[in-house]
Amino acid sequence: MGEMEQLRKEAESLKDQINAARKAVQDTTLQEAAAGVAVVGRVQMKTRKTLRGHLAKIYAMHWATDSKLCVSASQDGKLIVWDSVTTNKVNAIPLKSSWVMTCAYAPSGNLVACGGLDNMCSIYNLKGKDGNVKVMRELAAHTGYLSCCRFISDTEIITSSGDCTCILWDIETGTQKTVYAGHQGDCMSLAVSPDFNFFISGACDFTSKLWDIREGTCRQTFPGHESDVNAIGFFPNGNAVITGSDDTTCKLFDLRADQELITYQDSSVMCGVTSLAPSLSGRLILAGYDDFNVNIWDALKAERVGVLAGHDNRVSCIGVSADGMACCTGSWDSFLKIWN
Amino acid sequence: MQKVVVAMQDPDIGIKMRNQRLLITVIPHAMTGQDIITWLTQKYNISEEEALHLGGMLLRYGYVYPLKEPRCLILQPDESPYRFQTPYFWTSTRWPASELDYAIYLAKKNIRKQGELMEYERERYSLLHKRINHTWDFVVMQAREQLRASKQRRKADRIVLACQEQAYWLINRPPPGVQSVLDMGLERPSSHSVQAALSSDFYKREIEASRQALGRNRVKSSVCLEGFLKYSEQYQNHDPIMQGCLPSNPWISDDTAYWTMNSEVVPVPTRLRVESWSFSFVKLLSDPMGRREFMTYLEKEFSAENLCFWQACEDIRHGESSRIVEKVEDVYENFLAPGAARWVNIDSKTMAKTLEGMKCPHRFVLDDAQMHIYFLMKKDSYPRYLKSDLYKSLLSKAVLPQESKKSVFPFMRRQRHSSPSPAQAVAPATDDDDGRAGSNAAV
Repeated sequence: MGEMEQLRKEAESLKDQINAARKAVQDTTLQEAAAGVAVVGRVQMKTRKTLRGHLAKIYAMHWATDSKLCVSASQDGKLIVWDSVTTNKVNAIPLKSSWVMTCAYAPSGNLVACGGLDNMCSIYNLKGKDGNVKVMRELAAHTGYLSCCRFISDTEIITSSGDCTCILWDIETGTQKTVYAGHQGDCMSLAVSPDFNFFISGACDFTSKLWDIREGTCRQTFPGHESDVNAIGFFPNGNAVITGSDDTTCKLFDLRADQELITYQDSSVMCGVTSLAPSLSGRLILAGYDDFNVNIWDALKAERVGVLAGHDNRVSCIGVSADGMACCTGSWDSFLKIWN
Repeated sequence: MQKVVVAMQDPDIGIKMRNQRLLITVIPHAMTGQDIITWLTQKYNISEEEALHLGGMLLRYGYVYPLKEPRCLILQPDESPYRFQTPYFWTSTRWPASELDYAIYLAKKNIRKQGELMEYERERYSLLHKRINHTWDFVVMQAREQLRASKQRRKADRIVLACQEQAYWLINRPPPGVQSVLDMGLERPSSHSVQAALSSDFYKREIEASRQALGRNRVKSSVCLEGFLKYSEQYQNHDPIMQGCLPSNPWISDDTAYWTMNSEVVPVPTRLRVESWSFSFVKLLSDPMGRREFMTYLEKEFSAENLCFWQACEDIRHGESSRIVEKVEDVYENFLAPGAARWVNIDSKTMAKTLEGMKCPHRFVLDDAQMHIYFLMKKDSYPRYLKSDLYKSLLSKAVLPQESKKSVFPFMRRQRHSSPSPAQAVAPATDDDDGRAGSNAAV
C-alpha cells in the first residue's frame, strides 16, 4: 500500500498549501470591515397572508418572477400554484407520485417542475392550449431521489439528486446535456447564479461546489461545515454563496477569496438549518430551522436581528420574492405564510 | 407483526419454551429455530418456506433475537436458540432510536470493558462525542447509573437484559455493510458518511483538482467584504424589507399601486427604478424598459446594432433548440457577414473563431462575439448614456410616489385575506381594486 500512502500524503499536503494560501489573503476581520456600517436594529415581520389548502407536509416552494404567484409542493400529492395576494389557488396539479421533495417555477412563468422519491423531474405546462395543466416532460436518469431543481429558461433545467450528481437537461428533447459529478454525498440543494453561467450545489459530504454550467466542471469547492449542507443560495451580487447546514450554522463563502468569510451562529440555536433566502439588498438573511422558527440574520454584522415564529412544525422552505417585497415560508404544518 | 409475536408467546397455544443452558446459569424462555417454524406452519396453515420467510422477517425487524450468534440475522431452522425481544425494545414502540440513547449504550459498553467496542462502534462513538458534546456529561452519568443499577440484579436477568439491548442496537444501528431494514422514507437517518472507495484513482483526481485550485488567484478578504458592504448600501433603498416602499406595501395596505407603477410598460417609471440602472450595466439590460431607453440612445449614436446583436445572441442561448441553426444563420446575415446591413465591429481573432464555430452551430457558438460586444457597450456606450441628457431628463421626470395614507381601521391588521380597503382613505384607486371585489375564497 506504499503508493496509496504516498498519494494520500500528497493530497493532504496540497490541501494544506491551499489552506495556507487562503489564510494569506485574510487581511481583515468582519468586525473591522463592517465597523462603520449602521446597525440594523430589530426587524419585525408580521404574517400578512396564510395560504391554506394543503393536506400534508409542505416540502418546497418557489416564487414566480412576477412576485405574486408562487408554487408549493406537498406530500399529499399536489402541486399548488397560488396567487399569494388574494390567496386564491390558480392551479392545483395532482401528481403521479406523492413523495415530492422539490418544486420550481420557470422565469417565464410558463412551466413548473417537481420531483422527489420517484427519481424523476416532471415538467408541467401551465399555459397549455385548452387551459388544462398537463405533464410536458418526465426527465428520468437519476438513480437517486430528486432533492432540488431550478429552471435556467423554458428549455433548460438543472436538477440535483441523492445519487450525488447534478444534471443539466434539455427540456424539449428530454435528454441530459451535462452531468456534474464530484460530490461524495447526496446533493441536497442547488442555486443558479444571477448571470446564469454558474450554479452551486450543497451536499451531504459537508461541502458545496461551484460548477460552470457550460463546461461541466467544478470550479471551486468550499469545505467548512461539520454536517450535511441542506440549503444554499447566492448573495444578490453573485460574488458569494450562503449555505445552511445541519450543524446549526450558516456560512458565507466568497467566490473571489475562495473561502469562508462569515459564520452565522448563536449558542441558543441548537437545531439544523433547513432552508435560507437573502433579502434583495443582501443585508438580511432569512433562515428556516428545525425548531419551527425562522431566524433573521444581519449579513454584515453576523448578528440575529429577528425571529419569525408562527409555524407549528418544522419550516421546510423559504423564499424571498424577486422584488424583495415579501418572504414566504412553507412548513410541515401544511401552511404557507407570507411575511413582511 | 406484533400480533403474531404476542400469540407466539401465549403460554397455552404458543411455542413451548425450553431452557437455555449457558455454562452454569440457566436462562429460561428460549426456543429453537425449528420450534418457530413448526409453530408458524401449524398456526397459520402455511408452507414451511413461507414460515421460514415470516420467521426471518420477525428476526430482521428485531422481534426475536438469536442467542448464539447475535449478528447473524437469518433464521436457522434447527436447534439454534432464539428468544423474544421484550416489548420495551420493539421497533414499533421505540423508533426512531435516539442518538442520546445510542451514546449511552456505547458509553456503557466502553466503561464495562475497555476496548470491547468494535471498530465501527468506536468511530460512531467519537462522532457522537463531537456532535452532542454539550450533553456529554449527562451521557456518561447515565451510563454509570445504568451499570450500577444492573449490578444489583440477578445474573440471569443481567445477561438477558444485555442480550436484549445488544440485539436492539444491532437492528437500529447496523454495522457498516449491513443493510438497515429501517432505512426507508424521507426520515431515514442520513448515512454516517461512509468514505467512497479510497482507491488510488480517487486520490489522483483529488491531487489534480487541488493543484488547479492552488493556482487560482485569491482576492483579499477586505476587498470582498468591502464589496458586500457597498452592494447592500447601494440597494438598501430598494429593499422593501429593510426600508419599506412607496407608495405603500401591497401586502399591508392591500393596494397594488406599487406593482402597477413598476410594471414592465409604464409611461413614467419610478425614480428608484431609473436610479438602479446606474448601478450596473447588467441591471440596465435586465430591465426591459431600461433596454428600450438604452436602444433609443444608441440609435442616436448610430451604434444600435450592438444591442440588437447582443439581444439576438441571448435569444439563441436561451431559446428553443430546434431553431438554433436558423437563428445563427440570421445573425450571420444581419450582423457578421461582410457588407451586412447592421455590421458589428468584432476583432479579427474573435471573428475567425466564431466563423469556424458556425460550421457546426450550437447554443453557445456566439458566446465570444457576444462577450466582446457586451464589453464594448459596457466600457463605451454605457457610461456615456448615464451622462447623457436623455437619461438625466428621464431621471428628473421620474415619479417619486407619494406615500399613500394607510387606513386606520382597527381590524385592518387582523385581516388575513384581501378585501377592498375602505376606498376613500387610500390613494390612487387602480382598476385592480374593483376587480378584486369578489376575490377571496374561503380561507
